[in-house]
Amino acid sequence: MINFSRSLEPNNTMVIPTPFHERSFAANRRGHWTSWAGYTIADEYTHADLEYFAVRNQCGVFDLTPMIKYHISGVDAEAYLNKLFTRDIRKIKASQVAYVLFCNESGYTLDDGTLFKFSNSEYIFCSQDRHLPWLLDSAIGFDVEIKDRTDKIAALAVQGPTSAAILKRMGLDGIENLPPFQMQSFQYQRDDLIVSRTGFTGDLGYELWIDPYLAIKLWDDLFTCGQNYGIEPFGSKALEMLRIEAGFILPHKDFLPANHVIRVNRGRTPFELGYGRLVDFDKGFFNGRQALLKAQQNGPRYQLVGLEIDGNKPAYDAWIYQNKRKNVGTITSAMWSPSCKTNIALAWLDANAKTDNLWVDIYTNKELKWHKNMVSCKVVKRPFFNPARRNAVPALDF
Amino acid sequence: MNNYDAIVIGAGHNGLVNACYLARADLKTLVLERNPYIGGASVTRELYPGFSYTNCSYVCSLFRPEIFRQLELSRHGLQVIPYDGGCTFTQDGNYLATYNDHEAQRREFARFSARDAEAYDDYATDVMRHCRFIKPWLLRTPPDPVSRKAKDIKGLWQLYKDLQVLTEAQIYDTLEFYTISCGDYLNRYFESDVIKGHISNSSIIGTGLGPYSPGSAYVLLHHYMGEVDGRIGSWGVARGGMGAIANALASSFKASQGEIKTDCSVENLIVKEGKAVGVALENGDEYYADTIVSNLDVKRTFLKVVDKQHLPQDFVTQVQQFKIRGSSGKLNIALDGMPTFPALPEGSTAIRGHVNIIDSMERLERGYDDWKNGTWSKDPFVDLLIPTQTDPTMVPPGKQMMSVFVQYAPPVLNTGEWTEEDKQAFGQTVIDAIAQYSPDFKDLILHAEIRTPQDIENEAGLTQGNIFHGELTLDQLLFNRPIPGYAQYRSPIPGFYMCGSSTHPGGGVMGAPGANAAREILADKRMTV
Ligand SMILES: Cc1cc2nc3c(=O)[nH]c(=O)nc-3n(C[C@H](O)[C@H](O)[C@H](O)COP(=O)(O)OP(=O)(O)OC[C@H]3O[C@@H](n4cnc5c(N)ncnc54)[C@H](O)[C@@H]3O)c2cc1C
Repeated sequence: MINFSRSLEPNNTMVIPTPFHERSFAANRRGHWTSWAGYTIADEYTHADLEYFAVRNQCGVFDLTPMIKYHISGVDAEAYLNKLFTRDIRKIKASQVAYVLFCNESGYTLDDGTLFKFSNSEYIFCSQDRHLPWLLDSAIGFDVEIKDRTDKIAALAVQGPTSAAILKRMGLDGIENLPPFQMQSFQYQRDDLIVSRTGFTGDLGYELWIDPYLAIKLWDDLFTCGQNYGIEPFGSKALEMLRIEAGFILPHKDFLPANHVIRVNRGRTPFELGYGRLVDFDKGFFNGRQALLKAQQNGPRYQLVGLEIDGNKPAYDAWIYQNKRKNVGTITSAMWSPSCKTNIALAWLDANAKTDNLWVDIYTNKELKWHKNMVSCKVVKRPFFNPARRNAVPALDF
Repeated sequence: MNNYDAIVIGAGHNGLVNACYLARADLKTLVLERNPYIGGASVTRELYPGFSYTNCSYVCSLFRPEIFRQLELSRHGLQVIPYDGGCTFTQDGNYLATYNDHEAQRREFARFSARDAEAYDDYATDVMRHCRFIKPWLLRTPPDPVSRKAKDIKGLWQLYKDLQVLTEAQIYDTLEFYTISCGDYLNRYFESDVIKGHISNSSIIGTGLGPYSPGSAYVLLHHYMGEVDGRIGSWGVARGGMGAIANALASSFKASQGEIKTDCSVENLIVKEGKAVGVALENGDEYYADTIVSNLDVKRTFLKVVDKQHLPQDFVTQVQQFKIRGSSGKLNIALDGMPTFPALPEGSTAIRGHVNIIDSMERLERGYDDWKNGTWSKDPFVDLLIPTQTDPTMVPPGKQMMSVFVQYAPPVLNTGEWTEEDKQAFGQTVIDAIAQYSPDFKDLILHAEIRTPQDIENEAGLTQGNIFHGELTLDQLLFNRPIPGYAQYRSPIPGFYMCGSSTHPGGGVMGAPGANAAREILADKRMTV
């Protein structure tokens, strides 16, 4: 007879709550939710525009828990990561957070992410997508252990001009002196609270990493201390606006992780993504090196650019034309930037396309009647919005 | 009176699809069916009062949407409805469920292996690439690699071009994919026995191969390349059972002035001066047309209906050697209510889909060993579906119908032909196997139809009961199907064509062989639909 007592916890729901759900649920007056990596995440708490301005003007809190987090440890951790990633991992110091890319053997980008270095033998790698098989296969021959810690670490992004002041009030002494792309560990209750000066908003901001059992306490402390500093939760809709203004690229939107590519040539090299500086050929062998050397020789096929577009209608999914005629690219992310009061976009242009005399065709629906407009645009530097407070050390009070 | 422009032998779904296109080109078309009912292996029958059984095939995904649209099957009453769920029960009382939601599926796999859970994305991407490669070829006539005709050279050029959109590594992978075993293929991605067992199910359905037999990886694809409403790989039920497909086709055919005669077993092809001119029935009736199309499998067509004197000897030999090993049986069970499956949590959607009870490729392979030894699997693979959860119209309110596809069962036993006792013992093996996972199942059984490969051959007319009208291995696919040199629906006899599942792209309720054959027939007549 088969014994049906369950030795494995059943999995019977489509989405699971994050450790902050009780609080985000209470705060979500609009009732808009989305699924991110299988977790329920607030899409909009009140109104995306207002949440966006809370971040640009005061302080916003975003539930970052679904971010994929791989814990990498072992004596060979540094050598292993140096083989995995395109940049020279040996140059990264303890307590530093590094932006990294990694490629398959065709030189196409599998993903980007942030690498948190605790020591030469302990790191956490955060990415949007999952890559365990690739990470494990790349580890053959190295003395390392790789563990998915995504649901073992709760995380909040605390972003905006008053974020440093709020964390200081919460008792994180000296937080204002933490430079961008550095992290620091604080005693919180009887546990560690890791704070990194990082974020996806292009503003002054921090990311807080904690054991899930302290999640609710952390949320409550933040909102209590932030009461007079305009603290508000923000959802994924507002985050999308913030990240486009900051000029950050998003997998599956601005590029496709190479392991998801069905049609050949839809992958992108780091050079094409504009991250050639993160490829270090001097460090010895790494995954994709040969293909990338060739790609560097051949030159990029495409270029990822920031665009400023005339008018105020976002150019969602639009084509880009040279001289209104020749198709030279497509838009991947587009929005009206409330901070720059400009119509902006991220786009792929053919590598050899001239960057003058560019146009996009924008379709607008005017009371159910569609209009097609050829609108002039120009290539601009990213980030579109880059306030001085973003990198100021010590962090400005607000 | 008995003169037609075209005669189709067999009212299987492919015969009907073919006949629809011919009738739409204004050919006076007659379909002759041996059974008192139409549909072949795409049939719904009431064998117990109030219960409709979807006797042979039970789920729909491969049927080409182009055909659905062109033959206006919606107007003729066909509805295909997707369902979710599915699971594999494990011997230790657990289960592995299938979810439509990507993240729910990943978490489900992660209960067995964190690595496999994430490897599934890579696997799905690669399989999707193979689907994209094969899909445009379903409704194309396979080009003949030895021909110098413009259309064959064009077709081969297309095949070459399709390969050239892949990277070198992907081309190697594609060539390999068509020949390696499912076991070897899955080992590249997965480590968990349960997960591999769960996925490998699709590699053995209907074939005389085990999961470790070379060529079984392709069979996976044959089950993934279909779609419901553009969702590649998903399956649906035809409202009213698979007979609804045949009925809608028949209705469409009649709307184009087509004529169907049932209880008309064709005994002989009439050949005059080397050309097909008509058919003679068992009852002595004769019908004439200068275009005759056979919906029967290639063996039945050329070894039974056509006299050898009209055929080149090497062709006859090749037909004899065509692999058409039967390996599947089927139980259709009327249930007094919904059985419970204690391994599943309350309210689980898993039970709405395909339920499997073999939790490793190892066990699957052992089941295959029994078949090679000339007996049915003692630890059988079942693909169990209770479609009446999705389509309650097939049963009285509150009752259920369970369709159980069984692998492996040989067409002939090591003791000889199947006897009535063998058949009952086979059915009991299957019922006992299911009851292990559902204690109340046996008490709910009102009636069970047990079908051995021999029954499938005798009743539905598929040689050896092979569900695909012939093995789906590379030596019998594309320009090799059914016989090299005869892969373009024509036979050695002018005016005589093939349109059944023995032809490209093979078995399953797909309609593609019927449609492709019609295109070639009309091209010979310098006509189009
Ligand atoms: C048990 C089983 C389960 C299956 N499950 C599925 C499934 O879930 N999904 C899926 O897509 N596919 C499934 N298949 C496969 C699929 O059903 C077949 O491949 C497909 O239906 C074959 O169609 P066809 O038109 O080519 O031939 P057939 O359906 O075999 O039609 C041939 C017709 O010719 C008739 N005939 C035979 N001899 C004569 C004669 N001498 N004179 C006149 N008429 C004659 C037969 O009676 C029959 O009606 C299954 C098959 C079986 C047997």
